[in-house]
Amino acid sequence: MLTAHALRKTLPGTPPRLLFDGLELQVAGGECVAIVGESGAGKSTLLNCLAGLEPFDGGHVELGGQRIGGLDDDAMARLRREAYGFVFQAFHILPHLSLAQNVALPLWLLKVDERQADQRARAMLARVGLEGRADDAPHTLSGGEMQRVAIARALIHAPKLVLADEPTGNLDPARAGEVLDLLLGQIRAGAAAGVLVTHSRLAAKRADRVLELGPQGLADVTERV
Amino acid sequence: MSLVGATSRRLFLASLLRHRLATALSLLAIALGVALGLAVQLIHGAAIDEFGRGLRTLAGEADLQLVGPREGFDEAIYPMLAKRPEIAEASPVLRIEARLPGREDTLEILGVDMFRVARMQALLRPRADPALVDGDGRLAGLQPRNIFVSVDARARLELPSRLGNGEMAGPALRDGVLTVQSGVSGIELRLAGELPLSGAELAVMDIGGAQQMFGRIGVLSRIDLKLAPGLSPEAAGLALSPLLPPGLALQVPEAAAGEASALSRAYRVNLTMLAAIALLTGAFLVFSTQVLSVARRRREFALLRALGMERRQLLRGLLAEGAVLGLVGGVIGVALGHALAALAFRLVGGDLGAGFFRGSRPELQFDAMLAAGYLLLGGVAGVLGSWLPARAASQVAPARALRAGEAQYAGLPHMQGRLPLALLLAAGAGLACMLPPAGGIPLGGYAAVALSLMAAVLSLPALAQSLLPLLGRTRSVIWRLAHARLSATPGQAVVAAAGVVASVALASAMAIMVSSFRVSVDDWLAQVLPADLYVRASSSAASGYLDDDALARIAAVPGVASVDTTRLLNLRLSDEEPVFSLLARPVDGNWGLPLVAGSTGRPDGSKPGQSSLPPAWISEAAVDRLGLGVGDRLTLPLAGRQQSFVVAGVWRDYSRQYGAALIELADYRALTGDDRVNDAAIRLEEGTDAGAVADALNARFGPGRLIIALPGEIRATTLQIFDRTFLITYLMEAVTVMIGLFGIATTFAALAGTREGEFGMLRHLGFTRGEIGRLIAAEGALTAGFGVACGLLAGGAMAWILIEVVNRQSFHWSMDLAVPWAALVLFAAVLVSLAALVARLAGARAMRGSAVQAVKADW
Repeated sequence: MLTAHALRKTLPGTPPRLLFDGLELQVAGGECVAIVGESGAGKSTLLNCLAGLEPFDGGHVELGGQRIGGLDDDAMARLRREAYGFVFQAFHILPHLSLAQNVALPLWLLKVDERQADQRARAMLARVGLEGRADDAPHTLSGGEMQRVAIARALIHAPKLVLADEPTGNLDPARAGEVLDLLLGQIRAGAAAGVLVTHSRLAAKRADRVLELGPQGLADVTERV
Repeated sequence: MSLVGATSRRLFLASLLRHRLATALSLLAIALGVALGLAVQLIHGAAIDEFGRGLRTLAGEADLQLVGPREGFDEAIYPMLAKRPEIAEASPVLRIEARLPGREDTLEILGVDMFRVARMQALLRPRADPALVDGDGRLAGLQPRNIFVSVDARARLELPSRLGNGEMAGPALRDGVLTVQSGVSGIELRLAGELPLSGAELAVMDIGGAQQMFGRIGVLSRIDLKLAPGLSPEAAGLALSPLLPPGLALQVPEAAAGEASALSRAYRVNLTMLAAIALLTGAFLVFSTQVLSVARRRREFALLRALGMERRQLLRGLLAEGAVLGLVGGVIGVALGHALAALAFRLVGGDLGAGFFRGSRPELQFDAMLAAGYLLLGGVAGVLGSWLPARAASQVAPARALRAGEAQYAGLPHMQGRLPLALLLAAGAGLACMLPPAGGIPLGGYAAVALSLMAAVLSLPALAQSLLPLLGRTRSVIWRLAHARLSATPGQAVVAAAGVVASVALASAMAIMVSSFRVSVDDWLAQVLPADLYVRASSSAASGYLDDDALARIAAVPGVASVDTTRLLNLRLSDEEPVFSLLARPVDGNWGLPLVAGSTGRPDGSKPGQSSLPPAWISEAAVDRLGLGVGDRLTLPLAGRQQSFVVAGVWRDYSRQYGAALIELADYRALTGDDRVNDAAIRLEEGTDAGAVADALNARFGPGRLIIALPGEIRATTLQIFDRTFLITYLMEAVTVMIGLFGIATTFAALAGTREGEFGMLRHLGFTRGEIGRLIAAEGALTAGFGVACGLLAGGAMAWILIEVVNRQSFHWSMDLAVPWAALVLFAAVLVSLAALVARLAGARAMRGSAVQAVKADW
């Protein structure tokens, strides 16, 4: 589903700092990959490059056979709304929308009929354990519940790729485990490719593969975790 | 800055510097409000000062002046006064506003007694020019045809003048000969020298010569009096007033300046109110800025409170921010006000285009007290604007605000549940409308305007919440998001649109009022100008007038079917009513009389000239000022006697706001023996070309002797003057609307600053930059839309108050409501579009940053 080939990224500055070069990554549909590494290794930057939100200096990225490097800003935005799902550390739930509206947001962007979007959002909320809360306002939720809403939003439009950066960073270990199980379960159920950036050993262990980022690219460390 | 300690400077005032755009716009708004108010005051003050200075100069050493109707009074009073023991010296004056044939400007000529003027008014004592007069010139002043002109007047008279139609008229003074008009003929006066007077355009001639030349034998306009040593003007007034015939009064020379000031007061107060609303809009803007600034710094304040800062210190610090904004805005405003006043002097003159102080050339002067007052007003606006946000900030519980996960706009006011208060204010406005004017100023009306405005701002959230569900849902995700955000935070609409509400209410109220006024004036003109052609010899009857001979010559022009005439005089009823117009003309003739009460018939069915009480028709202003109604008795000082009339009707008069009465010409002649007329209305025979008759009249009387106008021309000129008078109000409205838009800009700039994370997330979700721009624009348009809707509702109410209360009480005229729907709809549409644009521009900064940066803290 996702392929990154010979990817190279340097950060501007004097001298420019090489983050990675010759990076190779393949993630199949229904597979979840965790990326670990030291702070400043470039994990988030790699995620941004995969999302087309940050340019890279060499190599290419393909999603479902489509190269994303040559797309302009607007075309990339349109591709993101169809094919990507995101889960953020700080949830980023819009406080002025109800839970169902927050979840339906990607469908609104895809111009899905309003009633249908609402039904799908309610069904999705039920799948993440928030049945009956669809009309609640976000400020009534706990952190773990917020992240469940974010997961529902990331998956409602059946994206090809779900990118999550420290999705459990703001949660206690018990909630983090539940949320991760939910996220990975939903990604696998939707046959999407999942890339998860994390510092958490607990999180990494639940992924299908664990890759460590270094200047030479990604090294498979699944066995060591 | 020593008022506020170093801590305050670092913690509070520094915030103003960090948010430069919002600070700059708030400063500008306050500065504009202060500047407009100050400029109106400065211009008026300078015009009055100049007017008063001129009066004092001309009065010389006179302690008192005997004044009467503008047309003059019988000189028989003069020897009586001169002989009184209270009087040391009396100097008679005949004032003629002389028409200059062919030109539109006039020359003020004072006929004086050369011997007496030399003793009392040195500046009016002529200096014969040896090059211009024969002999040694000592007796030049006594020659009836000799005239002495001030340097400034001479400079003007020797130049050609441009007429209203763009053509040039030749110099009035050529080769030492000045041509002026008397009746319908030109008379030539000989320039004999100058006056030792600068800064005034004036001419002096012998009083006997002036009476003879201008057909005013036995008439005086004024007597300047010097009192016996040790006698006060008050004591002299008490002793002499009982001896005076009706219509004459004694006053100190400065009193006329006060009368002129009172005449223009209503106009000035109206402009000052406009400036006050501009300043109020500025205060709303400070409110918006401070609310957002406080919301943004909520956690910072909570931390300070947790670290031990007292509630009071926080409140004081935030109020100091507002005060600094207001005072700095005030300083800029004071400077700008002076600049505006200087500009207005150059462009429209000291009367702001309203025609109150013709001919005076005022100079701008710095008045420290006035400047300090307006500076303080700016400070007060700043403190008032920050009062509510400061109080809200000081009451926040630190623990709650410090907790993580608080909504980004938790600090915004909810403003819900204020509808009852808004209704209470609206009811208060209704009650204020019923108050009578205080000293001629409609204070109740202005209070009602202010209360309506506050009620409108407070009802904004309720209006937004009741209108939002009606706006319908569309498939557009942008519309849905904007809709949802406004539904969830109606307080934001108040913060952003308070200024829009105020400015739209003001602008639409003024637009409706001006449109109603203009339509009414237009209708009124059509009613009062039913004849085919109008003729007058001069705007001032002392110089140009029509006598029986002239009227007979007019009637003899081929094509003229009938001629009706009007005699126009200005009477002095009392010290409280120094200007009252009297029109004498046939009531059922060619002149329309726009009656609002009564009828044109004589109440007792008698014929004009018969001995029963003659009828008078009084204007609406006379009804209000004299407290009279149909059937009441009106007393007018005519020909040195009090004459009684019965009020037969009330008519609408837009040309004289100080009151007027109309009586039958035949009654007037029977009572006074005066057979001069000022104006003639000509009805033409069927199929006659008005232009051809006008040409024939010019040929008969000589070019430029008569002022001939078609009703259409009079109407065009009147409406042109009308529009010029209101030009300054349009400018002030434009400024206020601009300040209202600043409110949208500052709010959206500030909100966008707090919403970078939201926009970053939306970009991740697949929104393009353009779509986020459109989202901000839609929110701006929606917010402004509610502000405009609320402003229009309030504007309608305010227009009603302006028409039915403020105008009735200050100018005493009624008008029919005429709402300029198309203009209002266009105005609303333009404003909403502009608000969308302004919001988008203000939010541009938040969109510029990369989506990655925006959510970086969270990745």
